[in-house]
Amino acid sequence: MSIFINKDSKVIVQGMTGSEGMKHTTRMLASGTQIVGGVNPRKAGTSVEIEGATIPVYGSVADAMAETGADVTVLFVPPAFTKAAVIEAVDAGIPLAVIITEGVPVADTAEFFAYAQSKGTRLIGPNCPGLITPGQSNVGITPANITGPGKIGLVSKSGTLTYQMMFELRDIGFSTAVGIGGDPVIGTTHIDCLEAFENDPETAAIVMIGEIGGDAEERAAAYIKEHVTKPVVGYVAGFEAPEGKTMGHAGAIVSGSAGTAQAKKEALEAAGVKVGKTPTETAELMREILS
Amino acid sequence: MDLYEYQARDMFEKHGVPVLPGIVAETPAEAKAAAEKLGGGTVVVKAQVKTGGRGKAGGVKLAHSPEEAEAAAEAILGMDIKGHTVHRVMIAAGAKIAEEFYFSVLLDRAERRYLAMCSVEGGMEIEQLAVERPEALARVAVDPLTGIDAAKAEEIVDEANFPEELKAPVAETIEKLWTVYANEDATLVEVNPLVRTEDGQIIALDGKVTLDENAGFRHEDHEALEDKAAADPLEAKAKALDLNYVKLDGSVGIIGNGAGLVMSTLDVVAYAGEAHGGVKPANFLDIGGGASAAVMANGLDVILNDPQVKSVFVNVFGGITSCIEVANGIVGALETLGDAATKPLVVRLDGNSVDEGREILAAANHPLVTIVETMDGAAAKAAELANS
Repeated sequence: MSIFINKDSKVIVQGMTGSEGMKHTTRMLASGTQIVGGVNPRKAGTSVEIEGATIPVYGSVADAMAETGADVTVLFVPPAFTKAAVIEAVDAGIPLAVIITEGVPVADTAEFFAYAQSKGTRLIGPNCPGLITPGQSNVGITPANITGPGKIGLVSKSGTLTYQMMFELRDIGFSTAVGIGGDPVIGTTHIDCLEAFENDPETAAIVMIGEIGGDAEERAAAYIKEHVTKPVVGYVAGFEAPEGKTMGHAGAIVSGSAGTAQAKKEALEAAGVKVGKTPTETAELMREILS
Repeated sequence: MDLYEYQARDMFEKHGVPVLPGIVAETPAEAKAAAEKLGGGTVVVKAQVKTGGRGKAGGVKLAHSPEEAEAAAEAILGMDIKGHTVHRVMIAAGAKIAEEFYFSVLLDRAERRYLAMCSVEGGMEIEQLAVERPEALARVAVDPLTGIDAAKAEEIVDEANFPEELKAPVAETIEKLWTVYANEDATLVEVNPLVRTEDGQIIALDGKVTLDENAGFRHEDHEALEDKAAADPLEAKAKALDLNYVKLDGSVGIIGNGAGLVMSTLDVVAYAGEAHGGVKPANFLDIGGGASAAVMANGLDVILNDPQVKSVFVNVFGGITSCIEVANGIVGALETLGDAATKPLVVRLDGNSVDEGREILAAANHPLVTIVETMDGAAAKAAELANS
């Protein structure tokens, strides 16, 4: 088991024929993902050869779904075109859309999130690495060779901290690792992933990685206290971030006294979550729990 | 990006929001000329700084003649307000204020929509009003799919308990402020105070606007609003090189890949620094995913030019980024710098092509470079070197 994606997930790629799209489609295929098609209205009816596989290109998400039974789309579409691409996917009725693109205007995200929510499509991202169920399916840009399947669930705002934590705990392995993204507005939240991991019989414990900005971690802490029975360890990045400066991720900013790492750490600890001072220490906390 | 008040005023005017005439000045002489241009009567001279509390700090002065405006500008220009030096003042026409109100619309991250806040009690800091008189502050959710239309504007003025005769004109102004928010890709539009003048006009007297930098591609005019002169010189250099850099106060230069890992690196260095005289990180620098040797070398160039930096910590977990590129970038940059390179580098590499990357560094055998296998160990080494 796993959350959101598994070996049966049929994935299409919006923006597959661009350079980023091609690079990562190749990587996703190499890690065993069922890539069933690409979408590009100007190249409909053609196909692309990638490492011995022939991937058909469709004119629309709706066509791709009708032809292939795809239930996941991953988007490598430039920021200016992301909103239209997501709305197209939502209108086609796709259950899950994973938006890798960094730099999407937040008004566009707010709009397509509201739209997706009204139509029942789950969004992951934008500005995220996507998610991986090791050994089964890899949707996005997470390196598949860090670790294999196991019993830890991971949810993180950051891509490289996801990779770092998978590396630290590579001997144990992961059920699913979800990079939810570092933008101010994102589709799937820490809470959504915590809920899914709690309900996933293959997940024994959860690592939750947060960072400065907003109050998603505080909300997640409250959720954990109420609803999560599995052990959770936490890590929060950004204690040294100055007030009012965006730290790489568009959403990573301390505004006045709001969104600090300290407040997030305290909220998690108050909910009974052990919080590590470094990624390595966090991994050690997880080891202690699972030993 | 936060705008100055005069920039917000201009933006309001462009979208039909009623504002008073205002002219920005950088010298007392310009201030005098501006006051003359506004008719020679009473004006307000306002410090242009991106922080609150300027009134209390003496950054806002009433002037009854162009000469008084000149003197006021003389007093205000160069003033330090909460660490912000005043380089410009705005000369604004005077107004006879009958009442002060409050309005803002902003991104509500948690609810993933917008929030409009409005009160008939304006003038005071909104944080203070929210704490002391929460019942006086109307909070109305705004759906991103519909925005603030006439019906929503009416709801806002109703919730805020405006007197009947003011509801229509205030609602009309709120609709125009929404146009600013939506059409300019703002994440905050705040008017405090929104006033009713004695002759019955509704005017946005002071405005605060934050723009979404991710939307810059569809607003060519926004780049001109950036205050390039106010930026830290190292930040400006990094920006010109397309690097994601933030200057901090410590002495350990940091380079890493991915915003989360770099933030974490700052924390881990500060944590390790507790045992080494309290050394702290000197900067945030994210070279991003899939960085080339050239990007790595540019990053090192910026950091080694920071006089506060005593040691450098390169912390890379190669996902897309190849450790080969990182290692080549380090070796190349050190070759280019030659004898000018004097600061020790601690390098921790993991992930994509880590063995090859470490081999390249080992083969170069540069006396300034130390390879440490773990992130925590490398942070401790970098902190130690910065403190020696």
